[in-house]
Amino acid sequence: MVNNVSTFGRSGVHDYLLVRASAIILALYTFYVLGFIAFNEITYLSWSGFYSYLPTQIFSLLALLALLVHAWIGLWQVLTDYVKPTGLRLGLQYLLNIVAFVYVAAGILIIWGL
Amino acid sequence: MDTSGPRTVKKQQRPVNLDLQTISFPITAIASILHRVSGVITFFAIAILLALLSQSLDSEQGFNNVMETLDHFLIKFVIWASLVALMYHLVGGVRHLIMDLGYWEELDTSAQSAKVSFIITGALALIMGVIVW
Repeated sequence: MVNNVSTFGRSGVHDYLLVRASAIILALYTFYVLGFIAFNEITYLSWSGFYSYLPTQIFSLLALLALLVHAWIGLWQVLTDYVKPTGLRLGLQYLLNIVAFVYVAAGILIIWGL
Repeated sequence: MDTSGPRTVKKQQRPVNLDLQTISFPITAIASILHRVSGVITFFAIAILLALLSQSLDSEQGFNNVMETLDHFLIKFVIWASLVALMYHLVGGVRHLIMDLGYWEELDTSAQSAKVSFIITGALALIMGVIVW
């Protein structure tokens, strides 16, 4: 079995499952937020109310973690196919995964204490 | 370097097609590359969406600022384009999940489902336009 040390899961099968599991969470979260925006009058009160609602906050946290996993694996796939020099590829992956982590941290801090 | 011999002759006899207008990707390949492109676009768009979310939840003043920012045509367009990328990535992802279950794996059915995913994305792009504008 081939193990990929620079990706998220410990093997291709692990990645295969993780990318799909996280995809389902992200799809449902997209429907959840876009559905709220589409079917409600968006004012500061309704919007901040939506994001201070505990289920929204937990769902947001779950989606942020799913985003980290999904982006890590997806960007690994894209970089592995198109960036051949190993140093550059690992450098880009390092940077982009930090960006993905910053998204998680920023997301948590934004909804914290609302 | 030896330029004679059967190897060289064979090489010269190969047909060469450099007319790019006669070469095109199959629709399934286009669907695949767009899935990657839209995924990368979505990754970077999330920075913008998080920045807007942060300001909109900061205070009522911040919320009004975001609403004002969203009045600009260019910003509206960027948000719309980001949402369309996300929608295509989502639709293409659902197509992949259905293929994982063993459906639409043949040449004709996968080409059809690629076409259908483009059409659904087009419809969703319109809906996103209605939401943004």
